[in-house]
Amino acid sequence: MKVAVITFPGSNCDYDLYKAAQQVGGDATFMWHRERGLAGYDAVLLPGGFSYGDYLRAGAIARMSPIMEDVIAFANTGGPVLGICNGFQILCESGLLPGALMHNKSMRFQSKDVFLRVERADTLFTADYEEGQILRIPIAHGEGNYEADRETLEALESEGRVVFRYVDSNGGTSDGANPNGSWHDIAGITNESGNVLGMMPHPERAMEELLGSTDGIALFTSLVASLQTS
Amino acid sequence: MTNATSTPVPPREGDPEITAEVVADHGLSPEEYERVQRIMGRDPTFTELGVFSAMWSEHCGYKNSKRLLQLLPTKAPWVIQGPGENAGVIDVGDGYALAFKIESHNHPSAVEPYQGAATGVGGILRDIFTMGARPVAVLDSLRFGDLDTGRVRYLFSGVVSGVGDYGNCVGIPNVGGEVQFDRGYEGNPIVNAMCLGLMKHEELITAAATGAGSPLMAVGARTGRDGIHGATFASEELSEDADESSRPQVQVGDPFTEKLLLEASLELIASGAISGIQDMGAAGITSSASEMAGRGGSGVELEMTDVPVREEGMTPYEILLSESQERMLVVAHPGREDEVRDILEKWELEAAVIGQVTDDGKFRILEHGKVVADIPALPLTEGCPTYEREGKEAEEITALREMDLTEHMIPEGDLTKTFLLLIGSPNVASKQWIYHQYDTTVRTATAVRPGGDSGVIRIRGTNRAVAATTDCNGRFVYLEPRTGTLAAVAEAARNLVCVGALPTAITNNLNFGNPLKAHIYYQLRESVLGMRDACSAFETPVTGGNVSLFNETDGKAIYPTPVIGMVGVIDDVSKITRHAFVNAGDDIVLLGANSGELGGSEYLYVTADLVAGEPPSVDLDGERALQQAVLKMNHEDVLNSAHDCSEGGLAAALAQCALGNGEAPLGIDVAIDEDLRPVVSLFGESQGRILVSVSPENTEQVLALAGHYDVPAQKIGTVTAGDDGFSMNVRGASLSATMPELADAYFGAIPRIMDAPAGSGA
Repeated sequence: MKVAVITFPGSNCDYDLYKAAQQVGGDATFMWHRERGLAGYDAVLLPGGFSYGDYLRAGAIARMSPIMEDVIAFANTGGPVLGICNGFQILCESGLLPGALMHNKSMRFQSKDVFLRVERADTLFTADYEEGQILRIPIAHGEGNYEADRETLEALESEGRVVFRYVDSNGGTSDGANPNGSWHDIAGITNESGNVLGMMPHPERAMEELLGSTDGIALFTSLVASLQTS
Repeated sequence: MTNATSTPVPPREGDPEITAEVVADHGLSPEEYERVQRIMGRDPTFTELGVFSAMWSEHCGYKNSKRLLQLLPTKAPWVIQGPGENAGVIDVGDGYALAFKIESHNHPSAVEPYQGAATGVGGILRDIFTMGARPVAVLDSLRFGDLDTGRVRYLFSGVVSGVGDYGNCVGIPNVGGEVQFDRGYEGNPIVNAMCLGLMKHEELITAAATGAGSPLMAVGARTGRDGIHGATFASEELSEDADESSRPQVQVGDPFTEKLLLEASLELIASGAISGIQDMGAAGITSSASEMAGRGGSGVELEMTDVPVREEGMTPYEILLSESQERMLVVAHPGREDEVRDILEKWELEAAVIGQVTDDGKFRILEHGKVVADIPALPLTEGCPTYEREGKEAEEITALREMDLTEHMIPEGDLTKTFLLLIGSPNVASKQWIYHQYDTTVRTATAVRPGGDSGVIRIRGTNRAVAATTDCNGRFVYLEPRTGTLAAVAEAARNLVCVGALPTAITNNLNFGNPLKAHIYYQLRESVLGMRDACSAFETPVTGGNVSLFNETDGKAIYPTPVIGMVGVIDDVSKITRHAFVNAGDDIVLLGANSGELGGSEYLYVTADLVAGEPPSVDLDGERALQQAVLKMNHEDVLNSAHDCSEGGLAAALAQCALGNGEAPLGIDVAIDEDLRPVVSLFGESQGRILVSVSPENTEQVLALAGHYDVPAQKIGTVTAGDDGFSMNVRGASLSATMPELADAYFGAIPRIMDAPAGSGA
């Protein structure tokens, strides 16, 4: 399974994502944002970081990188695309996912472990989880406050496209459990066809007991398994 | 050293004339100026004067500290690079080397906290990756006044955002550090940033300019007018109006460019196209070029009009002394300039040839081919006058130290109330408010995050990890500089053994007041002597560091604060221990002894607004034995947790172990019967103590191992379920609280102050 990890100027989780893909048997390759062509790749991963320093708006400049034209074409033909943190922001800016990621409600960068509830265990990215499973995953972002207009939110909910929600350790939603003010406690969503996932938390940082959690592994094994069976 | 002769250089049109006043404004004494004239064999030009001023500032020239620093131990078989380079380097096993260094950005942060702190982080990152190492962790050591004034809250909040935003953007995890709030830092906050970088031994590169004819290239950001004379500014006292007038001397950071520069530099080094690289940090092109020439025993010639600039009309003086950030000076192998340009271009950065290495030992500056400065390089970098001054302790310190503290040992009212007050003091309370603003997990290597005794970064592909901590209790150093510095080094070593790391080496940051004053020089000298003794005893040589003097506002100096950044090595990551208790039913064992010491304690500060008394004594042999005992216990797998006792004493340390990160607090049931007043047992800050929790079946072995090393040890109680609460009995006095009560005091303290609605408070 060939996985492309796209590096934008200012990406800083590209290496972590590359290692996570490798850990579950993915054949990962770094692609510089000015390279072109995704033919032969089975999945595309957009890493976290501060592409172009997050100047102007997080993800706003990166979406104009040459490779993004290919990423959009890849997604539109059903290819799996995963964007984490800054990758999620780029997906929203490029129109592959609806909504926007605003400054955290606290107006401060937040870095800590949060708990997520798996809302859908029947996507490309989550088949190895149980629905309702509670995950412990780190976050690290200043702009993770998910917002969309009412129509979009209703569509996301009614179509079951909210994949992860911020909860407390018992699985309940609350203001205290939501680290950034995201509407509907949204931590991750998919596009209509379910082949594009964007999420603010970092599953690639939850791959080893030594580092605090292994709850991210199933996301990557799910992706690999879906590609092997497709 | 003055036999190098200088060529005459006519004054540059438009430059000011050099008068006694101009010399004084450049921070040079009349005697120092005479020395410049002797070295030059003539009067210097204005440009040359600027160069001398920067290089002979305390910041670059260490003129008041060099003779003392030479007393420090710097060698050990595992030291690969000692002081004098961009960073120290040690061997950490399996072919890996660790580069590490600490640096201050105190003066800029006092004036513009966000940019001051941000550029402090930027500078220390560059010091690490110019050694060929990839930065893997940052720590920050901060000091502020009490949080009860709006000004201090503004400084604190700005510094934390600045440290966070810069490291977060570049993508280097913050793994630890420390902060102290005390009115002793009211006028001058301290912002020290430490960075660790890993590399394979063969990747090490140094900053020497060798090979006459080799091109010198400026890479990275362009040069602007920011930070001109920052080094000289950092070597002066601040006055009340420093805020406004000094802003132009503060640099502005761009972490995005830094990230690109980091990747480009590591790629440059790996390409083999360059032979040397150095950050243009303090004193910009001047210091990087002259120091590289000095180290290489060569000379340099630079053409100012070839330097990429941000603004029109910059003079050579301005270009030479600009401290614009995110710039590097590179020595390329002749003929490989295009390779350098290509790599920089890939990372969307510029590279320009601005001069060459020469063999005439001169630091020569041209403007349109005309010489504007021509200085012998070696006297410039090595000829800075150094001073040994008279030191004498201030009488009021002697008086403070001799103060009788007996009345404070008899508690007034409810001990539990005092205890809650103490763990809710920002000095003892949880620092989550700070480190939740720092990315701590990027690069997926952080095995112990901030909030523990030391940060731990594993080395991927091996079973090893490196650990790091920064420590210094400025109150102890203020009350007795030698003892206080022994305590700083000892605490750092304890923090390392608590996670299971062998203490290996230190970098230091000497933050002091104006050394021209006898009582400050006394503090500096005594402190260095204490550091020498402790580092020798623990076999932790000094591999470099930074000196920040003149931390005074309107004549009032900070507490002397020699921050120790210590690193250690863990050879088996499966043996890492953490500070939080893990199982109800475990035994709690105190290693080391409570002694009757209350001087310099947080208890005195909180209850009596007092910084007084003898600071806790330090027994170096006892500390060393304690470190060895804890490491042995760690190797034998008999510890479930380990935590150093520091600010707030035994009671605060127990609360920190019980609360952990707040997710799953456990209770304690502790009883102590010793011949000390309860207040002293609970809140005294005696050194040489580590709290461990142990499965009951291992307690006997732990006590026996302690005995083997002659370390006092006693079981003082047990870990209980969280619902059972926190209960201590000390000679009839008792402390008891529920865990939610404790958690609220401990975790809520700083947020309650910092997140209060605007307009409340002072």
